[in-house]
Amino acid sequence: MRFWKIVAAIIGKDIRAELRTKDIFSSMFVFALLAVIVFNFAFELRVPSMKMVVPGIVWVAVTFAGTLGLNRAFVIEQDKGSLAGLLLAPVDRAAIYFGKMLGNLIFITVVEAILLPLVMVFFNLSLLTGPHLLALFLGTYGFAAVGTIFSAIAVNTRAREVLLPVLLFPVLLPVLVAGVKMTGSLLDGESLSSLANWLRLIALYDVGFTVVAYLTFGFVMEE
Amino acid sequence: MSADAVAMIDVRNLTKSFGSKYALRGVNLHVMPGESLVLFGPNGAGKTTLIRILSSLSRPSSGSVHIGGLNLATHSDGIRRYLGVVSHAPLLYDSLTAEENLAFFARLYDLQQPAARIAAMLAQVGLTSRRGDLVRTFSRGMLQRLAIARALLHDPEVLLLDEPDTGLDPQAAEMLHGLLTELSGRGAAGNGRAGAGPGPTKRTIVTITHSIERGLAIADRVVILAAGRIAFEADVRGMTPAEFRPLYDTYVGS
Amino acid sequence: MRSNRILTVLTVISALAILAAAVMALWVAPSAAGLTSNETFAQRIIYFHVPIAWLSMLAFGVTMIGSIGYLVSSKRNWDNLAVSSAELGLIFTLATATSGAIWAKPAWNVWWTWDPRLTTYTIMFLLFVAYFMLRGAMEDPARRARFAAVYGIFAFLSVPITFMSIRWWRTIHPVLIDPNEGFGLSAGMMTAFFFALAAFTLFYVVLLMHRYRLEQTAEQVESLKEQINY
Repeated sequence: MRFWKIVAAIIGKDIRAELRTKDIFSSMFVFALLAVIVFNFAFELRVPSMKMVVPGIVWVAVTFAGTLGLNRAFVIEQDKGSLAGLLLAPVDRAAIYFGKMLGNLIFITVVEAILLPLVMVFFNLSLLTGPHLLALFLGTYGFAAVGTIFSAIAVNTRAREVLLPVLLFPVLLPVLVAGVKMTGSLLDGESLSSLANWLRLIALYDVGFTVVAYLTFGFVMEE
Repeated sequence: MSADAVAMIDVRNLTKSFGSKYALRGVNLHVMPGESLVLFGPNGAGKTTLIRILSSLSRPSSGSVHIGGLNLATHSDGIRRYLGVVSHAPLLYDSLTAEENLAFFARLYDLQQPAARIAAMLAQVGLTSRRGDLVRTFSRGMLQRLAIARALLHDPEVLLLDEPDTGLDPQAAEMLHGLLTELSGRGAAGNGRAGAGPGPTKRTIVTITHSIERGLAIADRVVILAAGRIAFEADVRGMTPAEFRPLYDTYVGS
Repeated sequence: MRSNRILTVLTVISALAILAAAVMALWVAPSAAGLTSNETFAQRIIYFHVPIAWLSMLAFGVTMIGSIGYLVSSKRNWDNLAVSSAELGLIFTLATATSGAIWAKPAWNVWWTWDPRLTTYTIMFLLFVAYFMLRGAMEDPARRARFAAVYGIFAFLSVPITFMSIRWWRTIHPVLIDPNEGFGLSAGMMTAFFFALAAFTLFYVVLLMHRYRLEQTAEQVESLKEQINY
């Protein structure tokens, strides 16, 4: 009970600060939008229908924008040593992990909520269906679960945020593969049940890495 | 030492190395409940490392730390509740107001009636009029005041202060000094503001400072660290700065 | 130093075993049936390619064991084991991906395919690269060991999931070990294959022992330096 109160306090603090500055959100959203537009011009003349590449565009845009957001999330904690303040308090390290992770998840989800309607308008597609949103959520969760602990690692190194994509993308590959495949298959009119394998794979990824992060986050927070 | 059993802070054979560089080499230290210990030492002597280990932020390479009878390595969560720390960095959030910062930390420490406590702390450090302003707009001195309020918010038994007077304007330094004097049990009774003062017991305080005058004014005992070892340790109650300065210069250099 | 002598003996044995494995793979093992001459020749790469691929996995596993060991015990030795094995893993994954590409040319007529195994080994190579970049970005050995250990565990656990995901994406790699069809190799080929597998595994163990000793020695030198300085 106390654990989740701490988690809620951390999420609340991050959202309050973000609502005030809109630093993370605005840069993530503009970056995601730019990625979609750039990909549109990168692919348009070479593929018979943009519909074929939309799943890839959406997932890459979300991944890149999300990486930007992850970096900010822990840099903010270091501005005035506030992470140390958090660590000095009698709170479970895992609560700090879940607080930051769920905060990241919320930020990315909000970006997606605005990006998806735009993508639908740009490419004349329907993405706001239950199965699409489920696939997107499972992938986004996996991204936040792994990305949060890796960004905590990256900001404590000399290279800081430059290192995050290098650490994150090879581990994230299954999420991208499954995400693109699911979104693509759903766009092709397949049913959710035909994607059971992919759903299981990504659920395994999400649950597995949440557990590993829960177990190891304390080691990342020590000196 | 027979008094070991009741020491509030009990540090044994503590070493901390960063690779092949040693910050602390076998430090033994006992601080009694209610005692005020002041750490002097040249830069790089290991003072900050020692405070960081005591505050559970840094893990020792070897040796043990007990605080309030609990082993820091195994009961850090229980110990953190009783620690108040002021460090070089203010440990605050830029994009939150002074009040929101304290409210956040109050939730982390499970404070009962946080609003009253926060108002009292803001009054004590003289920030009541700026409570709704973003920390980003604060001067160094105001940041430090708020950092002190944050450290004292949960009325900790043990205070670990790493150069708490850095960047303070003279007026704030005076305020801090009065506060510490009071917390270390030196102040005259009734000196504290109503409702905001610390409880009846003396706090155990470890302070790092470069100022002999301010250090001696609050110290029961002084430890001088040099190259990661305790070079000098003495009870300094009743000692004047003039008497202490030759000793200080011997170990720290002028 | 007895362990020293054992290591010397093992080193010589492994060198001879690798030589013998090469001879068996190139001359002794019978040619595969039903292939063009080009393919027949290329097929012999399995005596090198498959053992190296297996060593990549083994190296990765040992890195993960070292990582867990370090997090549990905080003993530098475990980190030394992890980093020693990771360095070998870096080389073996690169060798696997490269020899795979060489095999792909005569077998599939392209240098590169996005086949699950080839891709997975490439990703593993990138994971090892990231592992070393992470290590290189920190000075304090205790923190370096801890962060690298956490990353090592994540990286290792992601590999099977990555493999599954790419496999479901599409697959054209020959399934060497198919439970329905036996092993796909004739008896003479099997002998050479298993000999090569054993020889390369010994090779890995010997390299790992050398590398580990080097890491331990470096640590001793560091602490001796510290004593003299002080």
